[in-house]
Amino acid sequence: MIDGRRVLVIVPAWNEDAGLATTLGEINKELPDADILVVDDGSTDRTAKVAAAEGAIVARLPYNLGVGGAMRLGYRYALEYNYDVAIQIDADGQHDPSYVPALLRELDNADLVVGARFGGEGDYQARGPRRWAMRLLSGVMSKLAGTRLTDATSGFRACNRDLIEFFAGWYPVEYLGDTVESTVGAIRCGYTVRQVPVAMRPRTTGKPSHSPLRAMVYLARAGLVLLLALIRRVPSQAPHTMVSA
Amino acid sequence: MQLSVLTSVTGLAVLGCIVELLRRQQLREKYAALWLLIGLIIAPLGFFPTWLDSIANKLGVASGVSLVLFAGFVLVLLVTLHLSWESSRLEAETRTLAEEVALIRAHLAQTADPMPANAVKPVIDGDTGTDSTTATTTTDDREARA
Repeated sequence: MIDGRRVLVIVPAWNEDAGLATTLGEINKELPDADILVVDDGSTDRTAKVAAAEGAIVARLPYNLGVGGAMRLGYRYALEYNYDVAIQIDADGQHDPSYVPALLRELDNADLVVGARFGGEGDYQARGPRRWAMRLLSGVMSKLAGTRLTDATSGFRACNRDLIEFFAGWYPVEYLGDTVESTVGAIRCGYTVRQVPVAMRPRTTGKPSHSPLRAMVYLARAGLVLLLALIRRVPSQAPHTMVSA
Repeated sequence: MQLSVLTSVTGLAVLGCIVELLRRQQLREKYAALWLLIGLIIAPLGFFPTWLDSIANKLGVASGVSLVLFAGFVLVLLVTLHLSWESSRLEAETRTLAEEVALIRAHLAQTADPMPANAVKPVIDGDTGTDSTTATTTTDDREARA
């Protein structure tokens, strides 16, 4: 319980046993009153064991589905166990859980709150095609949402009960689907999206790529994902389409 | 004469394959209609390949062979499109199943103390002779599966 709300932190993890204990320890320390669900996305390492040892609830997928699949499972869990708020935090340690209270506060004004870099905090800078891709995504999504969204691909998010229900039934599994398409879908179904500036830390595991070719591929794929997100039919039976607009 | 022998035999073979697969229930009914239709078009054309030319003429295609190539290509294209659609749907379904499995596993872990993976519960306490063998076979099975 945090301010009378039952909060579930969903941590999608795929072969993350290296940094997971630190991340979970930090979440436990910052948010002692929240439950943590680690979705083991078909890991072949000790991810599930590490998570269980840290006292988290563990849901193990039989094979790798990708972040979108792991997150829909998380939302289904949140719905079944009647949580009021679901927060997504990446397992690799780049999201600082001390920002969660800020996300929770902003949930009073929105259904979905995204923790965004470039929001005034932190010092991340991208160049070239990667930067164009980010500007394209944030430009289109800001326009749609009617508010400034600077970090379309942020996986640091909080959502309320209405959206938990929505995401439990519909959550895209494809590339960038867990961030871009899910956000666009929520906006198109009438949910309110806001962002809160956060500083992101360098990942503890894995490393970002800086190859220009990859950046071009990223730009192309991001454009395609955005196009599909805009033209695809969104679920018509959205439970609260008209309420929160 | 040689050509129509080849084509008619091929046509009959294709139709035979389709009917046999249907008869053995190896083809779902939704595909059955499509393939039967195709078979019924192909088989008579095999006996009378010259029909093709007259049909082609009516459609404004120069020769029957071009018409066959064109129709075949369109058909293959549609079939592959259908398969892509089908596999997308199957992926969505298996995804839901995988999530369901994970949810059930999480429920189990939370409600009851899960049985340790390598523990074998004694089957029955009664007759020792047969039971010990049952117990050992169970252990073996589990080890073999692990």
